[in-house]
Amino acid sequence: MQIQYYIFLAIALFCVGVVGVLTRRNAIIIFMCIELMLNAVNLLLVAFSKMHAISPTAIPTAATDAQLFVFFIMVVAAAEVTVGLAIIVMMYRNTHSIDVNFLNRLKN
Amino acid sequence: MNAIILTAIWGVIMMFGGVFIKNKSVPKYIAIIGLVVIFIANGFELKTGAPFFMIDVKDMVVTNSFNLTFIAIATGCSLLFFLLSGRDIEKVGAHVSEYFALIFFVLCGVCLAATFNTLLILFIGIEIISIPLYILTGSDKRNLKSNEAALKYFLMGAFSTGLMLMGIAFIFGGNANGSFFINNIHIGLGKMPVLIAAGMILLLISMSFKVSAVPFHFWAPDVYDGSPTVFTSFMATIVKAAGFFAFLRLFENAFGSVQPQWQTLVAVITAATLFIGNITAVFQQSVKRMLAYSSIAQAGFMLFAVFALNDKASEGVILYTAGYSIATIGLFAVLIKMKDYTIDGFNGLGKSQPVLALSATIFLLSLTGIPLTVGFQSKFYMLLAAAQNGHHTWLIIFAVLCAAISAYYYFKIIQAMYFKEPEAEVIIDGEVNNTFKFLLIITALLIMVLGIFPDVLLNWIHFIA
Repeated sequence: MQIQYYIFLAIALFCVGVVGVLTRRNAIIIFMCIELMLNAVNLLLVAFSKMHAISPTAIPTAATDAQLFVFFIMVVAAAEVTVGLAIIVMMYRNTHSIDVNFLNRLKN
Repeated sequence: MNAIILTAIWGVIMMFGGVFIKNKSVPKYIAIIGLVVIFIANGFELKTGAPFFMIDVKDMVVTNSFNLTFIAIATGCSLLFFLLSGRDIEKVGAHVSEYFALIFFVLCGVCLAATFNTLLILFIGIEIISIPLYILTGSDKRNLKSNEAALKYFLMGAFSTGLMLMGIAFIFGGNANGSFFINNIHIGLGKMPVLIAAGMILLLISMSFKVSAVPFHFWAPDVYDGSPTVFTSFMATIVKAAGFFAFLRLFENAFGSVQPQWQTLVAVITAATLFIGNITAVFQQSVKRMLAYSSIAQAGFMLFAVFALNDKASEGVILYTAGYSIATIGLFAVLIKMKDYTIDGFNGLGKSQPVLALSATIFLLSLTGIPLTVGFQSKFYMLLAAAQNGHHTWLIIFAVLCAAISAYYYFKIIQAMYFKEPEAEVIIDGEVNNTFKFLLIITALLIMVLGIFPDVLLNWIHFIA
């Protein structure tokens, strides 16, 4: 299959994530949309890894480099999830809500 | 290399130290000893060029006198921060040792972000900086403002990380070499490939998020205002400086050859950052919030380095990060001692605490950019870099005008300290001992010395072992 299909799929997933972050009001759903963005990146990197594997101009380690990058993204995303969920739980304990519209105390 | 490894090790030591040490004031001393060790180890590497640990990192991390000098500044400023505000970190909550451990992990990220040579290390460095900071922002668990700041910072930080990763993936795909190394991106002649251009724009946006440049600054005032004041001091100085250093190195090494294609964009961001930061700071009543906007305004000046990309810009960014960090850490150290964070809370400080008021005045003069302080020298270097670059000279005039606006709100505090009568009997919260006063005077002297002899610092950039 041509690389363009993968690029368009990844961009579509990424845009779903971005639109979700910008429009949804529930902290957990915003969080899931961020994860969706990261997974779109993972998909794209794996597709590019296959593309560079058969490319004559690319350096020999290009394919493995990209796949290693994907593992790093997964690890960092996991670390972010632990911290993020802890923050959301802390918020819920104090306000009994995870609606980000409540986040306006600092405005004034 | 020394600094990267030792900060990580010391972070782990502090973390486990928290299990065994129940005394609240001991972790501070362990942390100070650790930073002194790291500072000396880094200075040793800068002086001799040989790290203690010979690790084959496959060129993913490069150390040269430029980024080692920056690490020296970052660790030196953290040392100053611990010495001045260490006692206030103990007051934030029950887990004192963990706070220090997290700060050491952030410093490890700072070192990685300063020495990265591939986009992978850039990403990991920025994340190691961000994730502990989310925790530090929310460390005042019962305080709703702190919770809110943590959640906002987390959502914005994770979002900008997503944008950065997409940018990296695009650059990897558009790069015919198939390499993540920043000096091995094949941009070609003429117009950039569309994937690389898209990736560059995404990286520009995400780095602007991290350094809070307008129009991606909206999280910064809320987060800086909501988090515990000691950690705001750390976030607004060392972390922001590291963000700028990474920004500069990324654009210098990866996209320096196509500078004309993105320079106008950076010029617009710089102008907007200077304007919005300074204008909004004028209307703030709370000094803490005003300093948050002032940090955005100062970010505008630091963006000049990315705009100009020449030798003077490199020297300028070193001097600017040092001067801005020292002055802001000192000012926050004074602010934490105040009972009332509004400008009126500073009324009459000149009479009741002359040492605090005098050193705060020197910090404010340095932030404004008055001659004889390092603030003047660093602004001068930045503007000189832009002038040598030769494009968009209107930006220089605009920056000088914005610096004049900044004098208004900085001088308002000086006026309150010396020319107004205090409203309350006691304006200081917490004790001010002689050690603290002595350290403040040292900090103020440091600003003056660097302002008169900037070469003390700048010679290290050109130092080759």
